[in-house]
Amino acid sequence: MLKGYPRADGRKGIRNIVAVAYLVECAHHVAREIVAPTREDAHVIGFPGCFPNPYAQKMMERLCTHPNVGAVLLVSLGCESFNRRQLEDVVRASGRPVETLVIQQNGGTRTTIAKGRAFVAECIAALAGEEPVPMDVSELVVGTVCGGSDGTSGITGNPAAGLAFDKLVAAGAACIFEETGELIGCEEIMASRAATPALADALRETVAKAARYYDTLGLGSFAAGNADGGLTTIEEKSLGAYMKSGQSQISGIIKPGDLPPRGGLYLMDVVPDGEVRFGFPNISDNAEIVEMMASGAHLTLFVTGRGSVVGSALAPVLKIAANPHMYANLSEDMDVNAGRILNGDTGLEEVADEIYAGVLALASGEKSKSEDLGHTEFILTYKTFEPLGPACLPA
Amino acid sequence: MATDGRLLRLAPADNVLIVRQALQPGDIVEVEGVTITVPVRLGLGHKLAAAPIAAGDKVVKYGAPIGRATEDIPVGAHVHIHNVVSDYTPTYALPGEEQEL
Repeated sequence: MLKGYPRADGRKGIRNIVAVAYLVECAHHVAREIVAPTREDAHVIGFPGCFPNPYAQKMMERLCTHPNVGAVLLVSLGCESFNRRQLEDVVRASGRPVETLVIQQNGGTRTTIAKGRAFVAECIAALAGEEPVPMDVSELVVGTVCGGSDGTSGITGNPAAGLAFDKLVAAGAACIFEETGELIGCEEIMASRAATPALADALRETVAKAARYYDTLGLGSFAAGNADGGLTTIEEKSLGAYMKSGQSQISGIIKPGDLPPRGGLYLMDVVPDGEVRFGFPNISDNAEIVEMMASGAHLTLFVTGRGSVVGSALAPVLKIAANPHMYANLSEDMDVNAGRILNGDTGLEEVADEIYAGVLALASGEKSKSEDLGHTEFILTYKTFEPLGPACLPA
Repeated sequence: MATDGRLLRLAPADNVLIVRQALQPGDIVEVEGVTITVPVRLGLGHKLAAAPIAAGDKVVKYGAPIGRATEDIPVGAHVHIHNVVSDYTPTYALPGEEQEL
């Protein structure tokens, strides 16, 4: 049975974590030391930049009020530009216990760590007394990313994850896929799955925006190495990544931090709006996972061919190994072996069922491999977004 | 119709099958009931025709078109850049730039 911790906004969390958030890199060490004795129950998140950024503010507000978060400690140096009062107000309004510690006003590193640990210990004790309530699959938000991809990702892990997404969407969950830069060449196929003609146009435009952005960055699309691996055309290569989305109708487009308004399948448009400003849209896989969480993902499916070992702060990551040789090597880090499809004795459906069951298990309190190993990676950098267009969300 | 366990069908509508484990020249595989002698080495991820594909027909993988045949492709033949062309008109290109992705 799925179990969730009820929140004031109506959502439920599948974890009850204390988030310790540093508001500039200068406060990162203190935040890390605060959680050191209680790393299972308190996770560090944060924004390293000293200069203000509306995207980072929104992301931190969403993350500190993520359903898996039960209480929040903000750790500020004191002179950074981050609007800590607004963040604290947002968290307090969400009904969660919150405290802000400003290092410059608390006698420095040692005393701030001591005060922080005391607050966190108090919160953990209080949260331990909360009883989870029954939760339905339709209340789940699930993201998907792929990283460390190889030739197997597109034929085992991604299609299996897509089938699992179809089952989740059919059960009423909200599912999010992304990586618009890897959808170049399949925008027409994707547009044909849109709930409305206007959404179809918006889907095409998100991919066109990604193409322009990556063009400016000088990233290529289809190369000789792809053909060696058996890929023939750009649309075939993109389809391999696109398969993570399954076959369901596409209900809408969201941007990082936007919450899916209801169940269904959503494309997350992760490529910044406007001129190219801060470099790569997402500098590593965890940046994508963080954006999934900011849009409410309770957990994220992560398909990997080469073998990523990361997890995440706040929300579990379900690791799907696409390559059977990698699985044999890194099985302690992998939750599902989709690579066994290549051994000829397992079909996609069977692996998809295993992924679906894995999602339900995580949402019932079981730990993923990366959680068990203590992975709590987190990264957030600068971006710029315009608000969503009118056709992006279901009426 | 029987198909060799070393080949993988990704979607019901596909007219290509994916090589699960490398096939060597001279290997015998069964493709939808037709017995084929593999002419060239085919690595993991390469494609064989699951049905005859006429010149100009769509090549379908993942249940979606990935391009069209430039010649008649018989059952069991290697389907790749020598007999398939992209239907996608790139809106951007980086001519001369080859990168490992």
